[in-house]
Amino acid sequence: MLRVEDVVAGYGGVPVLRGVSLEVAAGEVVAVLGANGVGKTTLNKTISGLVRASAGAITFEGARIERAAPPAIVRAGLIHVPEGRRIFPNLTVRENLELGAYARARANRATNLERVFTIFPRLNERTAQLAGTLSGGEQQMLAIGRGLMAEPRLLILDEPSLGLSPLLVEELFSLIARIAGEGLAVMLVEQNVVQSLALAVRAYVLENGAVVMQGPAAELARNPDLERAYLGL
Amino acid sequence: MYSPEILLTAVLNGLMTGSVYALIALGLTLVYGVLHIINFAHGATLTAAMFAVYVLHGAAGLDPYVAMIVTVPGLFALGYAVQRLVIGPASHGDDGNILLVTLGLAIIIENALLAWFRSDTRSIDVPYGFSVIEVGTLFLSLPRVIAVFGVLLVALLLWLFLARSTTGQAIRAVAKEKTGAALVGIDVGHIYAVTFGLGAACLAVAASLLMPTFLVNPRIGNAFVLVAFTIVVLGGMGSIPGALLGGLFIGVVESLSGLFMGESLGQIGIFLIFILVLLIRPTGLFGAKA
Repeated sequence: MLRVEDVVAGYGGVPVLRGVSLEVAAGEVVAVLGANGVGKTTLNKTISGLVRASAGAITFEGARIERAAPPAIVRAGLIHVPEGRRIFPNLTVRENLELGAYARARANRATNLERVFTIFPRLNERTAQLAGTLSGGEQQMLAIGRGLMAEPRLLILDEPSLGLSPLLVEELFSLIARIAGEGLAVMLVEQNVVQSLALAVRAYVLENGAVVMQGPAAELARNPDLERAYLGL
Repeated sequence: MYSPEILLTAVLNGLMTGSVYALIALGLTLVYGVLHIINFAHGATLTAAMFAVYVLHGAAGLDPYVAMIVTVPGLFALGYAVQRLVIGPASHGDDGNILLVTLGLAIIIENALLAWFRSDTRSIDVPYGFSVIEVGTLFLSLPRVIAVFGVLLVALLLWLFLARSTTGQAIRAVAKEKTGAALVGIDVGHIYAVTFGLGAACLAVAASLLMPTFLVNPRIGNAFVLVAFTIVVLGGMGSIPGALLGGLFIGVVESLSGLFMGESLGQIGIFLIFILVLLIRPTGLFGAKA
């Protein structure tokens, strides 16, 4: 479904990704792990078109997207829920969700809204509230809900657990498991190793802008090298 | 002390002038609120719109109000194209560059108008130019009353557009969170250009409302935009209700200080208020805290 091949990308001529390759199959949950600053967010931004790759190829459902603009990538069904949520603080919860469907036909909007409210009932209680006034956990749910409104075929979640209490992280991961169970592919980009590996089928570990380990999540979870790679020792 | 009638007339005159100030400020604050840039070409664009009304009246015999059918879409398209094809590409994402690009545009527009129309001051004659309507004991200039209602109508339409339409939602989303907007599939460049076009379209309306009672020369727009900057700061940068109320307020301040200090000193009141706002409440009346 998604194939990233030898992608090099960075900012102002300084490469952050130095040839990353990975794959996500349809309906699969894949974790991408790594410490701060290894290039996880840059990888996501490159896939969703916010950052232009200087080399390499990105293919989504058979079409090359490494030169496509973000709106075209969204229309293709690849949705990136960014780090830091990036919700619209000055708009209501309902407006945020409606804008999630900006690239989609109006006809499905009501059904999708209902689906998001079933998964995140708390958003349903706060439809008229300005998104900027939500708690951190609610904002994260709104960000994911907004992503679901775009009818994703692949959902990239960038550090959804960042800044949330352990209890909320627990809740969030079970919700992500539920979303993944509905058949869409999820690429979970996280620092939270234990929970991510429990959820994912396969995983990649990034270090210094390159993939250093990969394999089935269960195997990686038992691999003592993981901790070392992760801590950059 | 003046009689209450004279004071009332001065206040009403102020509100009428202020409404057009408000419309000009509305375009300025909208562009600032979304693109986070000060458009230095705003004054020159207003001048160009006023000349467009002047030419359409002279050459095609179009009434200034009817001319809006041509100038409003025309200026919207021009604003859209300028943002999309000139300002956007030339800025390379740096706000400092945008400032210089709009300043450059202002110089080009003003000098093109100067070359074309010379520095003469011109006006148009319409049959209702000096018509008045009687309200109680007061006589109000008809074109200026029309201007007040025109401005209120534009503000209402703009508000409805921003609040209710999908594009309006997208504009508000881009204003605060453009990365998030790009990730839901909003074409940020398109939204920027639409906003810039709306700002220019506001000026087209202002030009038509002004021309029946006002004059035009190649530098006239700056006088209005200087006041409009004050209003934008007073109302809060990027705030639409702020621009509207700030515009009316500044109009009244100008009118009353003209009454008490003499016509030529009327604008002193505006800039006194401006300095006070900067000292006491730098975010403006409706501005968000930094």
